[in-house]
Amino acid sequence: MTHDPQRIAPPVGLLAELTHRCPLACPYCSNPLQLEQRADELDAAAWKRVFSEAAALGVLHAHLSGGEPASRSDLADIVAHCAKEGLYTNLITSGIGLTEDRVKALAGAGLDHVQLAIQDAEADSADRICGYQGAFARKIEAAAWIVAAGMPLTINAVIHRANVARAGKMVELAVALGARRVEIAHTQYYGWGMLNRAALMPGRGEAEAAIAEVEALRLKHAGVIVIDHVAPDYHARYPKACMGGWAKRSFNVTPSGKALPCHAAETIPGLEFWSVRDHSLAEIWTDSPAFNAFRGTGWMREPCRSCERKEIDYGGCRCQALALTGDAREADPACHLSPHHGAVAAVAMAAAGEGQDDLPAYVYRSAKLPEPAQ
Amino acid sequence: MTIETRIADGSRPRLPRGVRLKHDDARGEWLLLAPERLVKTDAIALAILQRCDGVATFSAIVDDLAAAFSADRGRVETDVRALLEDLAAKRMIDL
Repeated sequence: MTHDPQRIAPPVGLLAELTHRCPLACPYCSNPLQLEQRADELDAAAWKRVFSEAAALGVLHAHLSGGEPASRSDLADIVAHCAKEGLYTNLITSGIGLTEDRVKALAGAGLDHVQLAIQDAEADSADRICGYQGAFARKIEAAAWIVAAGMPLTINAVIHRANVARAGKMVELAVALGARRVEIAHTQYYGWGMLNRAALMPGRGEAEAAIAEVEALRLKHAGVIVIDHVAPDYHARYPKACMGGWAKRSFNVTPSGKALPCHAAETIPGLEFWSVRDHSLAEIWTDSPAFNAFRGTGWMREPCRSCERKEIDYGGCRCQALALTGDAREADPACHLSPHHGAVAAVAMAAAGEGQDDLPAYVYRSAKLPEPAQ
Repeated sequence: MTIETRIADGSRPRLPRGVRLKHDDARGEWLLLAPERLVKTDAIALAILQRCDGVATFSAIVDDLAAAFSADRGRVETDVRALLEDLAAKRMIDL
């Protein structure tokens, strides 16, 4: 498929996975099952070049993510460079690896915003979910340092079976921590999340109750905290516009420098990804085969091709289409118009949910490749 | 949704840390940047937001804009209030 570079709007966001190293082991981690190694990571000089190219290309938001980005000792140096380039910097962190001094250094380097993930509103459950004893207490401490340093804080909470009953409590915790924004995101099932789907997916009733509880809190905390809510796909009628459209608004760069249209794009066989080691970001954005594979609407089949919503949701998520239908060109089966939608709804209906005594064990994220799911 | 964030005449609106105006050279427009948000800013919104420095009061900002644009003060006040109340509800302006 060819695209006229003049007609491709520049990206607004770059999510930089500075490292895949992380002290936590969350079972829904968005990193790939095959984690990249420290020895392969781009050094600070390479990342600075990437961010300079990003700013020149039109990127506005630089999301510094991981793994845990604080695992890198050169994080503040990278932030300072982004600030010099005028990029809006957003640190996406677990909080583990931050110290009060490091938070002050990041604030001094010009960091614009911090997004801190919590796993639950209760310490024991939160620590079990991320597989790290004491993580919850350290996150609470980190939140206080971030607010004290004058930086705006977003709390991010991924919702699944083990914490779905406390979605509202997590909003209340975010308010108590001084956050100005909270993301309540129902789990997305790719990679680690798909591997752990049976242990993660809540029952439909639980998911709907959590959504209603969080929506009710919007009014209660209006003007105090902004609530961004990501609905559960499997219970949906229409798919989400994944990434706001493939290679349309934003993209990812992995620790080793591979440019991806989204976190999970490497699960799609046959795509050719270009590296920032070999190409400029401008070349990658307009010409990378992987970026052009599903850009726009020309790749679509029915029911997407003739759908009046095709430029609203762009067919949904390609990775989810692949994972659930075996073909990335199909409509995302989260859509009720997909011929595969019945199978998705059946998975959602079968989700046991209800109660936490029988939670299946997680396959925790680790550097060792897990056994293939049956 | 109605959100109660009434602005007092004496309040001194300001952009909090993490919210800033930026001229986007690639697209040739002014934007208000915030966490996970980009708000396109037209000439009127830009003129308002550039005066939200945490020093000028709401009524001083309205006076200044009415004079600068030779516009009816009541109408300017309505416009400024609408913009700032909307942004305050989104936590993009502190009052």
